[in-house]
Amino acid sequence: MNNLPEKEYFASGHNACRGCGPAIAMRWIAKAAGDNTVIAHATGCMEVISTLYPYTSWKTPWIHSAFENAGAVGSGVEAALKTLYSKNRPNVLMIGGDGSTFDIGFQALSGAIQRKHNFCYVCYDNEAYQNTGYQRSGATPKYARTTTTPYGKVVHGNDTWQKPMPLIIAAHGAKYIATASVSNVVDLYNKVKKGLEIPGPAYVQVQTPCVPGWGINQASTIQVAKLGVETGAYPLYEIEGGKVKMTRKLEKLVPVKKYLELQARFRNLSEDEVKEFQSRVRYWYKYIESLESKGKVFP
Amino acid sequence: MPLFGKFKYGGKNVISGSDAGAIAAKLCRPSVISAYPITPQTIIVERLAEMVNNGEMKAEMVKVESEHSAASVQMGAQATGVRTIGASCSQGLALMNEILHVISGLRLPCVMMVANRALSAPISIWNDHSDTMASRDTGWIQLHCENNQEIFDTVIQAYKIAEDKNVMLPIMPCFDGYILSHLYESVNVATQSQVDNFLPAYKAVHHYLDPKRPITIGSVAPPNCYTEFKFQQQKAMDKALKVIKKVNSEFSKEFGRSYGNGLVEEYKLKNADTVLIGMGSVCGTIKSVVDKHKGVGLLRIKSFRPFPTEDIVRALSNAKRVAVVDKAFSFGNAGPLFTEVKAVSPVKKINGFIMGLGGRSITEKDIEFVIKNAGVEKNFWVNVNE
Repeated sequence: MNNLPEKEYFASGHNACRGCGPAIAMRWIAKAAGDNTVIAHATGCMEVISTLYPYTSWKTPWIHSAFENAGAVGSGVEAALKTLYSKNRPNVLMIGGDGSTFDIGFQALSGAIQRKHNFCYVCYDNEAYQNTGYQRSGATPKYARTTTTPYGKVVHGNDTWQKPMPLIIAAHGAKYIATASVSNVVDLYNKVKKGLEIPGPAYVQVQTPCVPGWGINQASTIQVAKLGVETGAYPLYEIEGGKVKMTRKLEKLVPVKKYLELQARFRNLSEDEVKEFQSRVRYWYKYIESLESKGKVFP
Repeated sequence: MPLFGKFKYGGKNVISGSDAGAIAAKLCRPSVISAYPITPQTIIVERLAEMVNNGEMKAEMVKVESEHSAASVQMGAQATGVRTIGASCSQGLALMNEILHVISGLRLPCVMMVANRALSAPISIWNDHSDTMASRDTGWIQLHCENNQEIFDTVIQAYKIAEDKNVMLPIMPCFDGYILSHLYESVNVATQSQVDNFLPAYKAVHHYLDPKRPITIGSVAPPNCYTEFKFQQQKAMDKALKVIKKVNSEFSKEFGRSYGNGLVEEYKLKNADTVLIGMGSVCGTIKSVVDKHKGVGLLRIKSFRPFPTEDIVRALSNAKRVAVVDKAFSFGNAGPLFTEVKAVSPVKKINGFIMGLGGRSITEKDIEFVIKNAGVEKNFWVNVNE
């Protein structure tokens, strides 16, 4: 903790909501990357709130162009940096939300990993298209109420589970993959730092509760994120050299109900639906935990 | 297995239009190559790859997974402060349309060759101008070439125009797919030192990503300043009109070749009552027909964007009848080149001819038809089976 830099690279005064989970993540991601960094940022909440012309929150060089191409823009940056620097080459940090990462920008990210550019991609996962007003994405959990998956009389919220994105990235042969939570920024900091230090493509996915999208109290962002981890809904692990390691081992999973009941997006769930949610959470937590003992499971 | 035929720097070579574009690009020393294969542009990417893998060309070649990423990689690299090259056409150009707007809006002087091809549906791999016409409003300069020598020369000129501090806009050197991209013609290939003399090494100014002077590129523009950004972009287009002319004459001094005044080429217009207007390789066919007639001339539009209004008005000052040949169509209206020329034409007897869509040959007989019907009160789809 004492070694964390005091210098800020993501300035305050931006336009994020009070209690914004992603904004907390940005601060620590930028700290982990430090001075010698170029950031390629996808369209999304964090881009919109941080760069309203003529202001910027970013103290390192930063570029944004579109929703689906942070992986490709960052690839171009990295290719150019290779030709410009023979030593002390700047870090390439790519940042995208879950919609940009799981859905529309998936192809660009997939290509970037396969080409083995040297970068760390951080997905801030607020589990829906929150920037456009809380629509479901490929990262939205089942039964979550969003504006495109309302809790109706016939259909109860979202009807799909999240893509297992970190595992999909691991299957690509990325050098380092990690999940993180804004409830533990030191862990987030260390994982992003590690992702940047390891040569080759790295992917860090951090769960970042969205106050208006999730319907949570603006003072409870960290509490909700913490429960996300403790219930096993957002397991924390890293994959290095194809080996899975749980970075937060849970002796016992806190009942997922405690996590769901703090969020308006899950307010109307029936008992059966909560049960299904619980068994899904347990299944995935146990599945990932089981990979730990299997040695090298990814390329 | 070498794909290239043998060629030498500093002399005449029989090479394809794609070869001409690739060799010219190589001589301009781009640091990053970003392109995705698409017929008929593919040969350009293949040639560049061959030169990189043989060690003849020192550049990072990013083998992207789509045209959208091709444009995005080129954008990212150019914004990091290096010279880049891209190439595309047709569906690929349509797929990267979003990023074309971003590149011009960020004022990045990218150069991307386009081997013009029709758009689907029905799918067609053959030539027309639908693709670049659909990219008309992306904010890119579009320079159309008539032959392979002009492709070679235009790629080199494109960097100098794009990187001019008064311009700072991306450029598409455009040439007809297959008709030029796959045609072998005699091309005078310059030496590296000739090109180095003409085109200085790239030095990014103002907006580039450097940790020593961090800046934010691509921010959100609220209504109080968005218009000003767009106004500046148009000012740059206006300035490009002059710069294109200047670079054309500088090029002429260094290499002994020029293309009209850089914006338009006037062919036998002096005593012409009837003036045909066109772009690209069809102008070669038009010239050979014009040679057989008295009182008929050609005004070739080389620069479609920026649109050379003043030059067109001046060139048409003695004309009585004007016929505009379009290799594209704006559905629900007319040929795009026709509507734009008509809007500025001092000649009221002006009509449009849709020809050569999806690779249909344009013969001398077709051009005779255009001459015969020039300026009548009707537009034509030439050679169409109704």
